[in-house]
Amino acid sequence: MTLPSRRSALPGFSLTLGITVVWLSLIVLLPLTLLALRPWTLGLEGVWHSVTEPRVLAALRLSFGIAALAAAVNMPLGLLVAWVMVRYRFPLRNLADSLIDMPLALPTAVAGIALTALFAPRGWIGALLLPLGIRVAYTPLGIFVALVFVGLPFMVRTLEPVIMDMPRDAEEAAATLGATRRQTLLRVVLPALTPALLAGFGAAFGRGIGEYGSVIFIAGNMPMVSEIAPLLILIRLEQLNYAGAAALALVMLLASFAVFLGLNVLRARLRSRA
Amino acid sequence: MTTSAAQETAGTRVMLILLTAALLIVLLVLPLVVVLAEAFRKGIPAALATLSDPDSLTAIRLTLIVAAISVPLNTVFGVSAAWCISRFRFPGRGALVTLIELPFSVSPVISGLVWVLLFGINGWLGSFLDKAGVQIIFALPGLILATVFVTFPFVARTLIPLMQEQDASEEEAAITLGATGWQTFSRVTLPNIRWGLIYGVLLCNARAMGEFGAVAVVSGHIRGQTMTMPLQVEALFNDYDWVGAFTMAGLLALLALATLAVKAALEWRIGRRGGMH
Amino acid sequence: MPASRPVSRRTALAATLGLIAASPRRAAAATTLLNVSYDPTRELYRAINPVFIAAWKAKSGQEISINQSHGGSGAQSRAVLEGLQADVVTLALAADIDALAKRGLIAANWQTRLPDNAAPYTSTIVFLVRAGNPKRVHDWADLLKPDVAVITPNPKTSGGARWNFLAAVTWAQRQPGATEASVEEYTRRLIRQVPVLDTGARGATNSFVQRELGDVLLAWENEAWLARQEFGGGAYEIVYPSVSVLAEPSVSVVDSVVGKKGTHDVATAYLEFLYTKPAQEIIAKNFYRPRDAAVAKQYAERYPALPMATIEDFGGWDRAQAKYFADGGLFDRIFIPGK
Repeated sequence: MTLPSRRSALPGFSLTLGITVVWLSLIVLLPLTLLALRPWTLGLEGVWHSVTEPRVLAALRLSFGIAALAAAVNMPLGLLVAWVMVRYRFPLRNLADSLIDMPLALPTAVAGIALTALFAPRGWIGALLLPLGIRVAYTPLGIFVALVFVGLPFMVRTLEPVIMDMPRDAEEAAATLGATRRQTLLRVVLPALTPALLAGFGAAFGRGIGEYGSVIFIAGNMPMVSEIAPLLILIRLEQLNYAGAAALALVMLLASFAVFLGLNVLRARLRSRA
Repeated sequence: MTTSAAQETAGTRVMLILLTAALLIVLLVLPLVVVLAEAFRKGIPAALATLSDPDSLTAIRLTLIVAAISVPLNTVFGVSAAWCISRFRFPGRGALVTLIELPFSVSPVISGLVWVLLFGINGWLGSFLDKAGVQIIFALPGLILATVFVTFPFVARTLIPLMQEQDASEEEAAITLGATGWQTFSRVTLPNIRWGLIYGVLLCNARAMGEFGAVAVVSGHIRGQTMTMPLQVEALFNDYDWVGAFTMAGLLALLALATLAVKAALEWRIGRRGGMH
Repeated sequence: MPASRPVSRRTALAATLGLIAASPRRAAAATTLLNVSYDPTRELYRAINPVFIAAWKAKSGQEISINQSHGGSGAQSRAVLEGLQADVVTLALAADIDALAKRGLIAANWQTRLPDNAAPYTSTIVFLVRAGNPKRVHDWADLLKPDVAVITPNPKTSGGARWNFLAAVTWAQRQPGATEASVEEYTRRLIRQVPVLDTGARGATNSFVQRELGDVLLAWENEAWLARQEFGGGAYEIVYPSVSVLAEPSVSVVDSVVGKKGTHDVATAYLEFLYTKPAQEIIAKNFYRPRDAAVAKQYAERYPALPMATIEDFGGWDRAQAKYFADGGLFDRIFIPGK
């Protein structure tokens, strides 16, 4: 190991770095590396075939598509909530602000059965939507609702500090120069928030792609229609198709990394332009 | 003074607040209410009967054991990682931070799958362990490994930015005055990061107790043995024990509420806001 | 269900705290058997286990306890293969035990070690419909009516669903002028009537009963009767179609595990006990069709005779599995649209 260019004369560098690297390697890197090695017993062609079956492609499209859609819808929703929380004062604001983290503190299985109970045709909300011809539970729409639920706090918590730090004088200057409130929001506020919106999108999207517990109860799990990719991994595992399960897992991992890299690059560009 | 155009009109504000309230109620409050309503549908005694069922008690105990082992492990790791990353500069530091956050972008199902591929009978070490008579998958070690994986980044990612903000000069002074590394850490660093540490541990614990997907893959679903609380929720559902399932779910929901309450108190204490992901 | 057991609040609380804090493992018995079973049998084995434990104590003086694990039959078989230490497997179909035999966990001749193909009881596939049968579903053809939604679990993971699928295929095969193409077309149209595909039989029953999804549940006969009993006899009706399958859920000792644990004798005795009169009585009471002729006669009224195909009519599980349920099999093909 190369000698560290220390910032300070503090002790404990080798010890703490050692613990960190060993623990990281054992718990995260080694298992993920072995996962990446596993599919190739199928051969290159076999792996390709196993991840391009129509049912697999449909599941991947569903998982990535709905996660993206839910994250996109969370942009205006999250913006609304974050804006109201930071800019306005109203009764029970602190309580409401604490509640925003509920989807992260609530075990996913509990979220899953609760949302299913609410949105099932006989549930409190499902019964209201049924006469309108809207079915939520056991359709892709159910997956969407679950992912909006799970993703909301990511968006709000990414936006809040940015809105808080946003200097108000820019808005006031715009107003003084005769801009309407709408123009100010569109031309001054929104551009300043774009990097944070993208970051929130990335976090919510990343969580949504692999989400299992909150989705599985409400999804319906029909092949080609409402079957998410993580479920397909489990089904392959149950059929003792280890290499196939690992191949699909690897595709999901690589795809999420690609998405993250892409979003980071985009964010960096936006920041350098600003 | 803010001019009128620098702010929404009062009417707009009220409307936006109401809209937010409606969103939060439908999306966040109603799911909680529905869980508790279903749990107490047949009265309090019926709900309590679930909690005195031996299988449910084992599930509660197992959940506590899994959390009691996984959380300290990741805490030691998190503190170590934060110390070396925030107090020293070395090549690969940025990469290390990225790698620590890696488990957050891995699906829970995959987080369980990796351990099956490693320790299952058909896994890399499976036949060796089988001969040695060591059971990892479908037993406590498997549940702990899956939980450690999914909760891996929590403490580290809470502490790293916190310690990076703090100046190292107090610690350096202590060392110069002859304190040992451990003394410096426990008397100078720890008091400074105390609340952040509790915050990270809290989040780590909430996830450890509530994890579903990853432990479902490695559990084996043996009643009274390898079922954690979230798995027991699903099992009770499948027993047609609707009240029981929602009671167990309600208990987990209370845990979530307690987590949020402590978190709010901590945030007030630390005087900062931030997400808990 | 233990919904309203009279437990005072204080007792429950004390018990909760006590058990959480104090000794782990319920009444530490020297020998513990693990019965890894499929989805609907939880109530059955919950009833049988105490009787066997008492019988075994009387016979050998040994205290034992029995743990249960339940899930989709295929998933459970996989778990045992992965090292779940099952002393016995009691699964939905022979193929899931064959999978274990093929990998050497169980002797290849397992099906001849116990009477009746190692299936201590049988069952069949029936329709469960809502009270009054409002959609007038009487036979397999009626499932294709445009306004009928059918609930069945996923054959990839559920043993019961594989029997469901084979029962549907049986009917289609026995129609006048049936061809491979007509059978495929029937299953393709049938699956379009299915709004939700649960991973296990119990999940499907829950969708139908608790979530009130669908008009017909394709179910194990035992599962249909149990659902009727659990949710009030008036709410549901059982419809016996014109033809179905003879389902033989089989059982076996897991040789590799009992060898290691030294539980061969008690595990074998446990499975043999399933064929005894007291166990057959419990089996019949839990809505499975008993093998014992005398017990069967006693419960004949509950279990009407109907034409049933057996797995041999499909050339055994190996062929049925490859043709219908393996990757690229019929069940996969019927989901690919545009054909």
